[in-house]
Parts: sequence; structure tokens; C-alpha cells
Amino acid sequence: MREVAIVSFAQLPAVRRDHVREDTEMLLPVLHEAVAASGIAKKDLGFTVSGSTDYLCGRPFSFVMALDAVGAFPPISESHVEMDGAWALYEAWVRLQHGDVDSALVYAFGKSSLGDVRAVLTQQLDPYLVAPLGPDSVSLAALQARVLLDRGRTTEREMAEIAARSRRDAMRNPSAQLRFDRGADLLLAEPYLVEPLRRHDCPPISDGACAMVIAAGDLARRVSRRPVFIAGIDHRIEAQGLGLRDLGDSPSTRLAAERAGVARAKVDFAEIHAPFTHQEVLVRDALGLAPGTPINPSGGALASNPVMVAGLTRIGEAAARLQAGDGERAVAHATSGPCLQQNLVCVLEARS
Amino acid sequence: MSDVVKGIKVPVRLAYTAIAGRDMTRFYQAIREGKLLGRRCPSCRKVYVPPRGPCPTCGVATVDEVAVRDTGTVTTFCIVNVPYEGQTMKLPYVYAMVLLDGADLPLPHLVQGLEADQVRMGLRVRASWAPEAERPASMEAIRWFEPSGEPDASYDSYREHL
Amino acid sequence: MFYFSPMSPDSVLSAPYVLEYTYRRSVGPVLGRFLAGLRDGRILGVATRAGRVLVPPQEYDPETGEAVGEMVEVSTRGEVASWAWMSEPRPGQPLERPFAWALVKLDGADTALLHVVDAGSPARMRTGMRVAARFRDERKGTIQDLVCFEPVAEGA
Ligand SMILES: [Zn+2]
Repeated sequence: MREVAIVSFAQLPAVRRDHVREDTEMLLPVLHEAVAASGIAKKDLGFTVSGSTDYLCGRPFSFVMALDAVGAFPPISESHVEMDGAWALYEAWVRLQHGDVDSALVYAFGKSSLGDVRAVLTQQLDPYLVAPLGPDSVSLAALQARVLLDRGRTTEREMAEIAARSRRDAMRNPSAQLRFDRGADLLLAEPYLVEPLRRHDCPPISDGACAMVIAAGDLARRVSRRPVFIAGIDHRIEAQGLGLRDLGDSPSTRLAAERAGVARAKVDFAEIHAPFTHQEVLVRDALGLAPGTPINPSGGALASNPVMVAGLTRIGEAAARLQAGDGERAVAHATSGPCLQQNLVCVLEARS
Repeated sequence: MSDVVKGIKVPVRLAYTAIAGRDMTRFYQAIREGKLLGRRCPSCRKVYVPPRGPCPTCGVATVDEVAVRDTGTVTTFCIVNVPYEGQTMKLPYVYAMVLLDGADLPLPHLVQGLEADQVRMGLRVRASWAPEAERPASMEAIRWFEPSGEPDASYDSYREHL
Repeated sequence: MFYFSPMSPDSVLSAPYVLEYTYRRSVGPVLGRFLAGLRDGRILGVATRAGRVLVPPQEYDPETGEAVGEMVEVSTRGEVASWAWMSEPRPGQPLERPFAWALVKLDGADTALLHVVDAGSPARMRTGMRVAARFRDERKGTIQDLVCFEPVAEGA
């Protein structure tokens, strides 16, 4: 495999509602920041790829409009995935494996505030027998949480502690949306939202965007003092039918982790894309992380959850932390689909 | 066993709140006053009316606000003969791209005031504004464009804007 | 057509709008027979070569990718494999009063069907409880022919 490194990352602080800016206006500053920080001129970037979904803003082909923020002239080599930006990164990584281009711009954007995100996410379900019933994202996650609770894999207290830790850690992350110190006891006194989930078990609704520049080995070493290399990356998907899956396990994460080589060396910390508290437990176990491995120092998706952005943000947060010298090796995870249907695992290693 | 079901109706309905963005808000506010505002790209100097956030060619924010005139040139057009739901215009009618004087990107609008088969590339037109009291904050503040009576524009004057 | 109006004095114009798609989907032979079954007040699954019964039926075995075999009728009763209490139903969901979302494993099936249980209160819900399908009187061959499941006495 050709060596590929993340050389820069930029994100917009996530907010509940950006009243003022359209997608392109939100993207513009993060694209400029990521490209400027990469040390690679925009005209020299070999490939551009984005992740987003039109259903979120209700504007067909919104990803084409978003290209205005890139400045796609002279015509650029470009692609888009109707997925979290982490899958756009995967496509960019594959593109760089071809060997004919050395760098790529990857970005993601999502404005959940324009619509009803719980209803929007229903659109990704089986359109014949499931979507017509209108199950929303929180309800489906609650069914999964119940399976874990029934099996004794987690407790409502552990879930509350994950929520409390995430928002407390987010206090050190200026880009995070929910940043406060509220203990598990306080959280457990709250009523259920969709039993067994309380509001604190669920992610915030967020508007956000992020961008990343990746480069192949030599170029990465030339432009970055401490490039963060993608030591392994893989993604796997499970069946669409919720009743066909064991919701109490994440075999797709486990397989992706194996293929990405998570267990090959010590993991200094992990950034897990778990929008719901119980999902952190599932992913943590499926990744095979050693007990005590720090999880989500950024606050994770429980602190800010711009849909289609939060997964790529996990990888970017992990890379930024390694680049700053806070560790040598990290695991980043992204998810897509209901109840962790699809999972991407990325192992990152800083090499000075 | 009874017949197999062949198909099902699965309507999708999603409600949104569209936001216009800063530049389009300025545009919509001005159009109610009978003014057309655009933005100029600081890099390539092109003027976009309506404004569209970043310059799609350069990928930089368009900064300077520019007022343009309500006259322009038909760069290309089509004649609509197909009835469709919600249609308000009498068939056939002309839908055209109008390059406003002072703008670099044409905008789509209706052309009225002459027979459909008389509309041509290069036709000079002027905005027909809705009465001030009825003007909405939308492109419908201009009812349509109609011939201004000037001689046709030369092809060279709009060939870069097709 | 919609018109923008100011969201707040220092903010930008905004306007409500609704996207509606009037999709009509062809369902294929497997789901077509499942839906015809619902119209008749029966629930059909499909047997895989390994002998597992999938309800709702799939066109292929999700574990092997092999084509599936015969349609088989399963019971309209079963047990709750997981549930979540919807105290505030959202528009378009099966019931307007509070209900439970549930994965229901019908007797004779090896996989679970997502639907709802009309239990009145979360206190009446538990994993493993027995439920029975309640069908609509006028059925059209859609998943909504099943109104919901309802709790039944143990062993009933
Ligand atoms: Zn420009």
C-alpha cells in the first residue's frame, strides 16, 4: 500500500442552528483553512471528494452547489458520496493508491437545522416495510440500547457516565456544541425520551462542516513536520433489515478493525463515532480496545453531531491530536445507517 | 393463494425551513424596491446577479455589492408548449436566460410582449416590474422581461456568457 | 412557490417549504406475496436453504447471498425481542397514542419484524412478552394492514 497521510484538518464549530449561512457559505472558511494549513496549493490538489446528503437540506444536488465553495475551475477531478465524509476520505485514500495523484481535498457538510433530522434519517430505511411506519432515528437506537441492557452489556448508569464524560471533555474543545459538567446522578434523574434512552443518551442536532487534506508519503513529509499516516483503513456493512441483525453486536466494526490492524500495536486513544451512548460500548468492545484506553477526548458525537460530518470529524480530531504530539497512534471510527449498520475504522500513526 | 401485490404507494413528505443566506437576503430586500443587487468576485471581477455566496470559478467569497440595471440581453431561450401542474402562463411561452447589463452570469426568467416565435438570441429586454405594493421578496418581483426596443446585441457581446 | 420573510431582525430571510414525492414502488415477487398475505390476514416468511425462516421475507439469504426457497406461513403471534417506549408519537407513525416500537419474533420465524405494540403503558412491556397481530378490517396489501401487535396472556 502507498503511504498516505492526513496533513491538515479544519472544522466549523458545530451549532444548533446557523441562521445566517448557506451550505456553501459554511464550507468556504473550512476549505480555505484546510488548504492553507496543508502547505499544498489548491491548484495542485489532485482530487476532491465530499460527503453529504441532499435530504438534510431538502435541495436536490446540493452537493453540486457546494462545489461553488471549492472553486472548481479549471475543471477539477471530483466525486461525492451520499455518506458521512469519512467514506469520502476512504474514496480519496483509494484514489491516491492509484499512484497518479499525490493529494486530495476531502470535505463534509450538513445543516440538520433546516429540516426534521429524525424524519430525514427515516429515509435511509427499507422503503417497503419499514419507512412507511415512520420509525425515527432515536426510536431505532432505543431498540438497540434495550438489547444491550437486557444482556447486561451496559447499564443506564454507564450510559449516563458516557454522556457526562463526553460533554465534560467537550469543554476543552472549542468546536464542540454541548460543553458542560453535569454528573451521571443528575442525568439519571431525568425522564426518558424514548425509553430506555434519555435525552442525554442522544446526540445534539447540529449544523457543521469540516475539511481535510491528505497527501502521499513524500509530499506529506515535505509539507508537514509531523504527518499523520493512515496505517490502516477499512469499512464493512451489515444487512439492512434490523430484524436480521444482532443489534447487540457490531460484527462490521470488528471485521473493519481487524482489517485496519487496530490490534497491531498500542492505541493511545480512540475517537469513536457513537451518536448514542450505548453505541460507544458496542463499538469500543468491537474495536478490541484495551481497558482504560481514552475514548473521545474531543467529546465525540454526543457533544456535536452534524450529520454526514461527525464521522470525518472523528478522524480529523484524532489526526489533529496526534499532529500536536498528544500520542503516537490512535484509532478513529465512523458510522452510517441505523443502529451502527455500517462502520469504518481508521488507524492513524504520527511519524515525524 | 391470492394474487401477488405488484406495487405500493409510499409517498414521502418532508418539511423544511429554507434560509436565504446573507447575500440573497440583501438581494431579495432590494428587489422589492425595484433594485437588482449582485456581488463581484475580488479575484476574477465577475459580477453575479443574484449573488451566490462564493465565486464558483475562484472559490472565494464575493465581497463587493454591485447594483446592475434592469435591462439585458437574451442569451438563449426555450419555448414551453407542455402543460404542467401549477402552470400560470398561457402556452406557448418563452423561458429565457437574460444577461443583465453589468452582470456576468445570465439569470432565467420569462419573456413576454412578443410572439414566442419572434424571440431570438441577442434580443434586448427590460424588466417588467410588479406594482410596488404587490412586489414579493422573490424573483417574481419582476413579472417578466419584455423587448426594450433597442437593436439586437451582437453575438460577440454575450458569447462568453452562454 | 414560496416567499422569504425575515427570521429575526439581525438575521436572514427564511421560508417554510415542503418536499413531497409521490413514489409508487414495484415490490417484486417475494414482497408481493408477503403483502398479499397481509391482505389476507396472514403472515408469510421465506425459508433459506439452511432452513431458517425469514420474516419479513428477503429475496436472498443475507448470510450466504443464495436465492431463497419456498414461502411459508408463520404464526400471527410471537414474542418481543426488543422494545422502546414512544411516549410522544410523531406524525405518520402507526398509532397516535403512546406505544412501543418492537422487534417481534413470530412463532415459526427465525428473524424479527419491526412494528409497534399497543400496550397502553411501558409498565406492560417487557422483553420476551407474548404479542398477537391486530389486522385492519380493510386491507390493501401494505405493511399498514397490520395495525399493531397487542399483548396476550402468557401461553395464550
Ligand atoms: Zn472569481
